[in-house]
Amino acid sequence: MNSYRLRRFKDRLFSILGLLCVIIAVIPLGSILLEVIVRGAPVINWNFLTQTPGAEGQSVGGIGPSIQGTLILIGLTSLFGIPIGIMSGVFLAEYGHNKFASLMRLFNDVLTEFPSIVAGVTVFLAVVLYFGHFSPLAGSIALSFILIPIVARTTEESIKLVPNSLREASAALGVRRWRTTVSIVIQAAKAGLITGSLLAVARIAGETAPLIMTVLGNSYFFQGFGQPIDALPLRIWRDALQPYPDIQAAGWGAAFVLIAVVLTINIGVRLVARGRHGFGR
Amino acid sequence: MQSDQAAKMSSLGLSAWYDQKQALDNVTIQMRTNSITAIIGPSGCGKSTYIRTLNRMHELIPRATVTGQVLLDKEDIYGPGVDPVMIRRRVGMVFQKPNPFPTMSIYDNVAAGLKLTGMKRGRNLDDIVKSSLEQAGLWDEVKDDLKKPGTSVSGGQQQRLCIARAIALQPEVILMDEPCSALDPVATAKIEGLMTTLKEKYTVVVVTHNMQQASRVADYTAFLYLGKLIEYDETTRIFENPKQDLTERYITGKFG
Ligand SMILES: Nc1ncnc2c1ncn2[C@@H]1O[C@H](COP(=O)(O)OP(=O)(O)OP(=O)(O)O)[C@@H](O)[C@H]1O
Ligand SMILES: [Mg+2]
Repeated sequence: MNSYRLRRFKDRLFSILGLLCVIIAVIPLGSILLEVIVRGAPVINWNFLTQTPGAEGQSVGGIGPSIQGTLILIGLTSLFGIPIGIMSGVFLAEYGHNKFASLMRLFNDVLTEFPSIVAGVTVFLAVVLYFGHFSPLAGSIALSFILIPIVARTTEESIKLVPNSLREASAALGVRRWRTTVSIVIQAAKAGLITGSLLAVARIAGETAPLIMTVLGNSYFFQGFGQPIDALPLRIWRDALQPYPDIQAAGWGAAFVLIAVVLTINIGVRLVARGRHGFGR
Repeated sequence: MQSDQAAKMSSLGLSAWYDQKQALDNVTIQMRTNSITAIIGPSGCGKSTYIRTLNRMHELIPRATVTGQVLLDKEDIYGPGVDPVMIRRRVGMVFQKPNPFPTMSIYDNVAAGLKLTGMKRGRNLDDIVKSSLEQAGLWDEVKDDLKKPGTSVSGGQQQRLCIARAIALQPEVILMDEPCSALDPVATAKIEGLMTTLKEKYTVVVVTHNMQQASRVADYTAFLYLGKLIEYDETTRIFENPKQDLTERYITGKFG
């Protein structure tokens, strides 16, 4: 009896400790969200979302160029990053039983863990200095260092979940291997590939470090692929360093928009993935 | 036994390995044109391995190897320069578990072989799909649901869908590895009936655990044990008057 009580006490104790840990872990997330909503939401209006920042000493203006820049960077990075990532992942999953693939997998894992500022520095040295200017292109290259390994990883995982019976069914029909990969395996894993790509996009949308040294930032709308552009994370960073309360408020507004975008992608992906049949997350 | 003349397909001294482990040892069997040959034997005796050597699926498993010959119309399918992919188009296969493509409709499942092998050129796909589903005895049940996913029908219907998918390529031989073991008795009876109509056009090889099934549908039966062919003969002889003691003990249920 005594030992039963003791065990029950221990059980309770650990349950409570566990709950406590969860609460402690959730508090920062909750307080950040709350802070961003309380401070950011009030400044949001149509002009704020669409206009350029005001000149020094005038009204604060909007974050239009930052939103536009983020969209351009996401688009450009996705355009070449997602296909490369998916192709790498498919290769690793379907043809990856050799030394070369193991090496590639290792590089991929290392790259996933890489500090993103290093991607920025690398591209700064290799691209920005070489061409002599900051550009959306340089920014996209830096961001694709982050996006490609994530997409490759999630693709490989989803492709591996496709049951072998489908590959066999296709092979038994006299379908060539590459055709089976493209038309059967990738089709079956499609939901997983879309999910992985979107999560990677959400991840790069919030990256600041690689952009500082590649796109620089800009107060104007897009001026060409050879010119600096702005991005939401850069705008937040710049505004936060300013001493003026109204500019800081604009920074909170930008943060609100960024978090809204990232959360929407994340939650959307989860909802879509839950309702879908298929293999992969 | 009849002469070799009528053999559509035959294995000669066929052995197969998984890495170091030998699964088949010197198996010689003839599969006669427009007949059903059943492969029986206890679990693990090599039935699946055997049937998978007949369309070169065995070698898709890493480190799996084959020696000996398999003749299809007197040509060795393991001969130099033979493309296994081409063999698989002539020798179709139906698996133990129905495996329609989950992302495709019923129609696309049947058309998949022709589409993915680039063989649909110059033919009317609709007609081939219809006639394949008819031959598989499935047309009346699904003709209004052709756009539904292939996995939306019952297990027995899925298996007949897989048969239709194999038939659509107009193969010469159809291999079936325990095609009824995942099905209920009604669906099993349908597939068995189907086999006997299929043999009018194709040569059928079926692996089965079920002795009654072999005696009901097969013209010839081969009994494998521990990777070796113990006995091969007309089905009636195997079941009524087996030459080997081992065969008799197996078919009377004394072991296996
Ligand atoms: N992928 C594999 N790797 C290694 N050994 C295997 C593999 N597949 C089968 N084997 C072995 O080969 C032998 C024959 O297996 P096979 O699957 O052909 O038997 P079977 O007669 O079809 O049995 P069952 O009636 O259970 O389906 C068995 O000993 C099995 O363990
Ligand atoms: Mg088997």
